[in-house]
Amino acid sequence: MTPERPLATAESKPYLPKHVRLQFDGTRERFAVLAPERVYWPDDTAVEILKLCDGEHTISSIAARLAQDYAAPVETIQADVLEFIQSWTDLRLLRLSKG
Amino acid sequence: MDRSASVETIERVSPAVRAGPPLGMLAELTHRCPLQCPYCSNPIQLLKAADELDTGTWLSAFSQAADLGVLQVHLSGGEPTLRQDLEELVSGLASRGVYTNLITAGVTLTPDRIKRLADCGLDHVQLSLQALDPETSDKIGNYKQSLGKKLSVAGWVREAGLPLTINAPTHRHNIGQTPALIELALELGADRLEIAHVQYYGWAARNRAALLPDYESVLEEAAIVGEARERLKGVLNIDYVTPDYYAQFPKPCMGGWAKDVITIKPEGKVLPCHAAESLPLPFDNVKEKPLSAIWYDSEAFNRFRGYQWMKEPCRSCPRKEIDFGGCRCQAFALTGDAEATDPACSLSPDHHLMAEVAGAATAAEPPPFIYRRIGQV
Repeated sequence: MTPERPLATAESKPYLPKHVRLQFDGTRERFAVLAPERVYWPDDTAVEILKLCDGEHTISSIAARLAQDYAAPVETIQADVLEFIQSWTDLRLLRLSKG
Repeated sequence: MDRSASVETIERVSPAVRAGPPLGMLAELTHRCPLQCPYCSNPIQLLKAADELDTGTWLSAFSQAADLGVLQVHLSGGEPTLRQDLEELVSGLASRGVYTNLITAGVTLTPDRIKRLADCGLDHVQLSLQALDPETSDKIGNYKQSLGKKLSVAGWVREAGLPLTINAPTHRHNIGQTPALIELALELGADRLEIAHVQYYGWAARNRAALLPDYESVLEEAAIVGEARERLKGVLNIDYVTPDYYAQFPKPCMGGWAKDVITIKPEGKVLPCHAAESLPLPFDNVKEKPLSAIWYDSEAFNRFRGYQWMKEPCRSCPRKEIDFGGCRCQAFALTGDAEATDPACSLSPDHHLMAEVAGAATAAEPPPFIYRRIGQV
């Protein structure tokens, strides 16, 4: 049976699988994400989110943290974080633990 | 080597030419291979084991690459696992934080060796499949019992905790197997599937009539892949590379000449792409020059950087920033002019060559394969 597309919810705990690495690149002085046959260049906000993708934080708690840091409404932030996590999960760069 | 001075010189001549650091390296560790695929991407003239760089020279090249800004190294060949020092090379790269990708035919691997490579820090394995039925698989690789061995290797890779890409070079003998290939990739627990049509350079060009599928088969396959990509979102990443012969516009070859990728051949020759040796350019060897000097300052690497070298219709075409005029090797092979627009482009005055070649290749029954051996030309 074909596995189903993982869908992110507020309770999901996203994490980078072992073979996807968030790594600071000294040559270009920015963070890179190294994945099978691909390199991605997350922007500053994406880096902040990815650093919290440790399999411990839920998407809600990541959004709450960012809302505090950016002094922005948590609802807006949470929708953005959910969308980001879903698109990176679709690229198989993130996995989701159940809440 | 004073890089800044020479970069300034180049900028005075052509402001668009300034090169950034390389992102990826293709390391062709050897030309030796147990398989003899008729679409082999290695050059017509294969190198022998005695011509290959030694361990120390590869490690030095990798260290220089990391210093230059290379983040991923693709260990390829030939069959890279025939190098007994592969573990040492992987360890060297891992110690510099470089992401390592092993591109293998698999038939030489054992569960122990895969585990050892994983322990040395290998990040990812790309395993080739020639076909999904044993008979075609053996015929393509000219190697007995290849399919069963490869399927075992896929399992061992996953058991070692490594992510797996299945790479299936596509041609007229296996194009009908695409739906089954997608199902198999799922069964094997692959992370990615590359359905990549054969690129007709070097040895593959000699077998073009035996390999090139017809247009209708490619259209049908493209629809199957498109549907599967949507259905398997988040489950399996599918990369799809169509044949140049039916394209409207050329592929953005290598993302631009000497822009992101640096290739080292088994004997140390440094190229912007693995096929570039077919061009009449003076390529340097990493045994004789630092990698940074070759990347930033060499005549060959600067030859097709930027847009100044282009002729019409590329020069005034807005698509030049998308496809960089296409592939230099294909332009040279089909027109004799390395500066010409890639004939894969419908705007090229030579575009009819592609249709003529494809028409002639697919009209008749496929001829037998021309297999290769080291030492044979």
